Amino acid sequence: MAKSRERDPVTSLPENLIACPDCDLLQRIPSLRPGGKARCPRCGKVVAVHKPDSLDRTLALTVTAAIAFIVANVMPLMGLSAVGRTASTTIIGGAQEMWAQGERITALLVGFCVVVAPAVQIGFMLAVLLAVRRFPAPSWAGTLLRWSEIHQPWAMVEVMMLGVLVSLVKIAELAEVIPGIGMFAVGALIFLLAAMTVVFDPEEVWERVRWANSEGPRASASMDEAGGEEATR
Amino acid sequence: MTPDMLTARQAGLVLCEACGLLSRPAHREEPGYCPRCGEELTFRRHNAIQRTWALIIAAAICYLPANILPVMTTSTLGSVEEDTIISGVVLLYMTGSWHLALIVLIASVMIPLAKLIALAYLLITVQRGSIRRNRDRARLYRLVEFIGRWSMLDVFVATFVVALIQLQPLMAVLPGTGVLFFAAVVVLTIVAAESFDPRLIWDSSQGRLDQDD
Repeated sequence: MAKSRERDPVTSLPENLIACPDCDLLQRIPSLRPGGKARCPRCGKVVAVHKPDSLDRTLALTVTAAIAFIVANVMPLMGLSAVGRTASTTIIGGAQEMWAQGERITALLVGFCVVVAPAVQIGFMLAVLLAVRRFPAPSWAGTLLRWSEIHQPWAMVEVMMLGVLVSLVKIAELAEVIPGIGMFAVGALIFLLAAMTVVFDPEEVWERVRWANSEGPRASASMDEAGGEEATR
Repeated sequence: MTPDMLTARQAGLVLCEACGLLSRPAHREEPGYCPRCGEELTFRRHNAIQRTWALIIAAAICYLPANILPVMTTSTLGSVEEDTIISGVVLLYMTGSWHLALIVLIASVMIPLAKLIALAYLLITVQRGSIRRNRDRARLYRLVEFIGRWSMLDVFVATFVVALIQLQPLMAVLPGTGVLFFAAVVVLTIVAAESFDPRLIWDSSQGRLDQDD
């Protein structure tokens, strides 16, 4: 353990030293094989995953997710026909009807969870991934990544999908229900959002971003990139 | 537990919760800002215990009206029928889709209650300085964090039923006040789980270790 009291708060620390985010235990990350995971020996939290080619793979998935998101929001989610009348709704149409019926807070919450939060998550992630293709990346890339991560727990597309399925069953006894194109796009979107989180390694972005104190990033980050393998000395 | 179990805080280091950078702040009392992302650094989340208690108490208060008040009101020619969350589950069960009834029951009734109990249990054990079953409690916290979003299910069900069944004057479904309280429970418990600091679970055993030295 580096006991030195140097002015630089970071470079005096060994590079593979980390603290577990869930229990604060200091530990060294061993070099991992592609796809390999390291767990905290004390609390079992996954503290590191070696995700090969993370930035390019995530970019491909994010672009596809953006397209699926647009289709999911533009096309009708589902329609119904009963006693000679038809009706259909889009995702945002659900929130609008809630607003119109007077449940405004619920309408805003639904709109946030199924439209705004996923849009921020996908859109900001796209901007971050394009920004870090340059080295060093501007520090706003880090800010946007943070915003994208803050919105992620509130993006509830998969919960909405289950809610739509339950409401289909509820409605099915009253009217004939027709699933729309939007429904299939939502299905694709759920898969793509899940794949994005599996493939994406935020540490790779942070290694390329210009530091807030305008001292970093460390030169070794760019060398890691060129070497491909995790550098262990 | 082995003596080389050293936490970042004991070593005078702080992990940035925003970007994951480990750094050595100049002053222990005021760690200042992360040199990499500029976010404020803290050894532990501010007032984690008080905030989490406040949020779960608020959620528990909303839990009652969420289950008693109707979430949907169906009006057909001449008759009006009110549905609470529980009666919605019963209706799903009666119409033959018992697996969907089970999913809604778990997501809407059991998960919010289980979250409240789990968070209260974590808070009480942390406040009493418990050092038992730390690993299980850490796992429980991660489960609470992961599962919370699924309680939102009934809010979406109500939204899309209301959006589609607007066949006035034959039949219309209107949202009930229960939806608002129910959404409040879900949001409050999600924020409560985020304001708790799982590192507190381990701090008391760490304190005991210091005394042994």
